[in-house]
Amino acid sequence: MNTRTRDAVSAFRENRLAVIGAVMLLAMAVFCFIGPLFWKTDQVHTNLMDTFLPPGDGHPLGTDDLGRDVLGRLMAGGQISLIVGICAALIATSIGALYGSLAGYLGGPVDSVLMRVVDAVISIPTIFLILFVASLAPPTTVTLILAVALTSWLVPARIIRGEALTLRSFEFVKMVKVLGGGSTRAVTKHVLPNTVSTLAVNATFQVADAILIVATLSFLGLGPPPPTANWGGMLSGGLDYEYSGYWWMIYPAGIAIIITVVAINLVGDGLRDALSPRSAR
Amino acid sequence: MAAFLLRRTLQAIAVLFIVTVIVFALLHALPGGPARAILGPRATPAAIAAFNHENGFDLPLLQQYVRWLGNALRGNLGFSYKRNQSVSSLLATAVPRTLLLVGLGTLIAVAVAIPVGLAQAVRRNKPVDHVLTAITFTLYSMPAFWLGLLLVDIFAVKLHWFPPEAPSGGPLEMLQHPAGLVLPLLTLSLVTIASFSRYVRGSAIEQLEQDYVRTARAKGLESDELVRKHVVRNALSPVITLLGLSLPWILGGSLVVEAVFNFPGTGFLFWNAAQGADYPVMLGVVLVVALGTVVGSLAADLGYAALDPRVRDQVRGS
Repeated sequence: MNTRTRDAVSAFRENRLAVIGAVMLLAMAVFCFIGPLFWKTDQVHTNLMDTFLPPGDGHPLGTDDLGRDVLGRLMAGGQISLIVGICAALIATSIGALYGSLAGYLGGPVDSVLMRVVDAVISIPTIFLILFVASLAPPTTVTLILAVALTSWLVPARIIRGEALTLRSFEFVKMVKVLGGGSTRAVTKHVLPNTVSTLAVNATFQVADAILIVATLSFLGLGPPPPTANWGGMLSGGLDYEYSGYWWMIYPAGIAIIITVVAINLVGDGLRDALSPRSAR
Repeated sequence: MAAFLLRRTLQAIAVLFIVTVIVFALLHALPGGPARAILGPRATPAAIAAFNHENGFDLPLLQQYVRWLGNALRGNLGFSYKRNQSVSSLLATAVPRTLLLVGLGTLIAVAVAIPVGLAQAVRRNKPVDHVLTAITFTLYSMPAFWLGLLLVDIFAVKLHWFPPEAPSGGPLEMLQHPAGLVLPLLTLSLVTIASFSRYVRGSAIEQLEQDYVRTARAKGLESDELVRKHVVRNALSPVITLLGLSLPWILGGSLVVEAVFNFPGTGFLFWNAAQGADYPVMLGVVLVVALGTVVGSLAADLGYAALDPRVRDQVRGS
């Protein structure tokens, strides 16, 4: 571990809120991915004898409208929400990083054209674009990840382009051209590695945003298809019974979303403070 | 300033041009082409050929684009066969309502977020700051549709203070029955406040750490006066940029709010069109919404430059 990394790690660990966020996130991941090994439930078949059971024996968080155990569903739904969020964020950040660093490194008219395209796509609100994509074909988990990713790469593209603009004026990047290396080499070997901390911070926030977007899509009726569970779908499904008193169909999923998104944002803030030299005061 | 104005306006026009290309491309990316998408899966080949010929969809693509753009510029955005109404007339009723919701919602959000963010920055890491941070983080992390439905449950169903649905009619009629606007506006602005106040807090903290603040303190300026006279202005000019950048995000939030409250604006129109695969309407809304954000962010940039001479000089120099 080099000095910079060590400094960043210790800065992160001293940030109490960031550590709390990381622990919350880890706990949530353990709950969703390891929990089902110990709490085995059937989330595929419906059980119409046991619908709307309040929390009690055998069902600590009750059952839903199709008689499925809410605790087990919370775990299964969390898996999808987390996987969709993380995959979409990774893909979006990768596309944005490549696009932005290329634009910034090449500069000039190419940069202008590439960034005007970003301006144009970004001017269409994400949720409108995703609803359009989702209306073309009923969404599956994979198309959902792609739809979210393909509409979320613009902000990282803008940020990384700004960094690449600065980096390209540095000697070590200029040297690539002098030594006969092409743009691809300069971008992948020298520009991108130097934007890693910015990318990490941005990708973290993207996961939180993606989880919220998928939840919103579920409410708008274009989320992951049944019987796939996801927190947003559970929450919006539960809200259909808002006035029937089945609170256990609303609050567990809703609170899981809030906890996860808050935790991710705390980690993101902590990462940003730890990794950016400017705010290291 | 004139050079900056010209440069930035030309940029906005270039962006709008690309937006039209994107929307045109989306129209042709529809499964089976625009005719199949509009006439439905059961249309006969003859009907499709006739439709294509009538609407010029059998012309070369470039010619089609010029024709489509010419129509769009004249306000002809196509026809909704699902609603038997022209897209522009649907938009003419929906857009003013969304402008009212987004405009008022953003105004309220800015008016609340600035004092909240400043108060947090001044009392950084004190209990007030922690409490407000907890509230804003929770609001930001809460799905907006849930927040809206919770507010309905509390203020409409339990307390009977406000109606649970948006008023019908145009923006003027809505303003005559403001009770129905309260909950949609509250939902939209709470979400926006959560994000803006965080930004104001960060921006003000950055200013408070600047040398000029230390100098002013050393000269014996009282803390309140210091914040009022120096920090506020410097911390707030980036907020104008933030407003411009956040427009797509606020309009996205407005779609959710409109869906929750059956608020008959552009978001609601778009959502209904998405469920019914009413593509002419969807593309018309996308075009108008993108136009709104491009013009909005242009206005924000010009406003920022007017307030901060460094910006326009910088841009001129580059």
